[in-house]
Amino acid sequence: MDLNAKLQARARLYEKVRQYFSGEGLTEVFTPLLSFAGNPDPAIKSFETDQGSLGGSVNHAPMYLQTSPEFFMKRLLVLGSGSIFQICPAFRQAETGRFHNPEFAMLEWYRVGYNYFDLMADVSAMIESVTSLKPYVEQISYARLFEPFGLNPHSDSREKIKTAAIQNGINVQTSVELSRDDWLDLFMTHVIEPSFNPDNLVFVYDFPASQASLAKIITDNQGFQVAQRFELYWQGMELANGFTELQDADEQLQRFKQDNKNRERLGLPYMPLDQNFLNALQQGLPECSGVALGLDRLLMVISRADSISDVLVFPVSEV
Amino acid sequence: MATYNTNEFKGGLKIMLDGDPCSIIENEFVKPGKGQAFNRVKIRNLKTGRVLEKTFKSGESVDAADVVELELQYLYNDGELWHFMDNTTFEQYAADANAVADTVKWLKDQDICTVTLWNGNPLIVDAPNFVTLEITETDPGLKGDTSGGGGKPATLETGAVVRVPLFVQTGEIIKVDTRSGEYVSRAKED
Repeated sequence: MDLNAKLQARARLYEKVRQYFSGEGLTEVFTPLLSFAGNPDPAIKSFETDQGSLGGSVNHAPMYLQTSPEFFMKRLLVLGSGSIFQICPAFRQAETGRFHNPEFAMLEWYRVGYNYFDLMADVSAMIESVTSLKPYVEQISYARLFEPFGLNPHSDSREKIKTAAIQNGINVQTSVELSRDDWLDLFMTHVIEPSFNPDNLVFVYDFPASQASLAKIITDNQGFQVAQRFELYWQGMELANGFTELQDADEQLQRFKQDNKNRERLGLPYMPLDQNFLNALQQGLPECSGVALGLDRLLMVISRADSISDVLVFPVSEV
Repeated sequence: MATYNTNEFKGGLKIMLDGDPCSIIENEFVKPGKGQAFNRVKIRNLKTGRVLEKTFKSGESVDAADVVELELQYLYNDGELWHFMDNTTFEQYAADANAVADTVKWLKDQDICTVTLWNGNPLIVDAPNFVTLEITETDPGLKGDTSGGGGKPATLETGAVVRVPLFVQTGEIIKVDTRSGEYVSRAKED
């Protein structure tokens, strides 16, 4: 793509996104990119400043570039913002590849009163509206995806999942024991995802409770604990991730603590918890659902690009 | 020993895997938004030529393979080993039958070959993409047939057998593409 086409495609996409949300009555918001709290998720590595972030001779705690605007946007919801959306950069260290750039564009939005199924419909409508495409929409539970392989991702042991993964051609070299969730992820990315029809919007929902992240956990109709979380796949990419948002401040704190425990086990640094965010949850997050969508990847679909660097004017290799 | 981190992975990188030197063909960074990052890699085992898929946990390191490619001139075969020389350093290398493998049928004295060395020893010998060789035997074609249709087998001075057009005769020098094993043209005498 030439420079002009690249610039135009992104500008047009952002314009259409704003049009869609303003038509739906959502407010566009802007929140800080830097915070004293990082993301404790062990799979995500935040960019960190040194200790002079506030200037002067006194050492301060380091600050972190956001890996998503989630905590600040939820604080806005607690403050009474109503439904909101944001287009912003997000930063994740050591993520570079065909679908990854360490700095990338994120579209995140929250709908007050929505559950994750309402939000999936909203995601489809938004995509139709901004792309002028009408892809076929599939919705399938995480457990259903594993059925053809004789697996139940909610109840099977790590060993059983690992054995099935190896039988299905997954050949891993690693110096550490992979966790049960690692094996599930490998099965998803290596075996299941490639079987999706790339032209369809494929929503996968009801993830294992162990992969709840910041989603509410419920008991499904078969008695399994599942996270009210969905992932959207399109054109061979993971495009969006959404939740019915967890409102319980105590449980949120427990999950953060568990994240830090897992970080310790993996030899990763402790992340300071976002006390402001936890305090806000104590005051009461309205019932809502939220989703983050990778705008660069959506641009890749629109421009039929093979690599994220094809839609970036200055990919990380050129900054 | 030198090592490479997965974030240095790219096509052409030579690494050790299960004791064998391998070359990375393709590297894809795989990372679910909420999960462990992996590098999914397509690798060629340089000893066996086999291509396999392997997944590495991102951030880990693997041993580098001491593999270099040199342009070496083929000197002679002593009945057991094939001898090559680096024309800039005059250093000589001896390749065994495993390294030479199928390339043997294209090897002609003086030709410059690409030789892959592992720990200083020839591991793979690749013929030049194009070689010019004399036809030592082929059936006389029909007189006057210059259409090139049909073709016939011809044995070359190195022992290789290629299909050539009917008008090409024993004693002629032809140009062959060693990658496809196909006749390209009659070689012009310089």
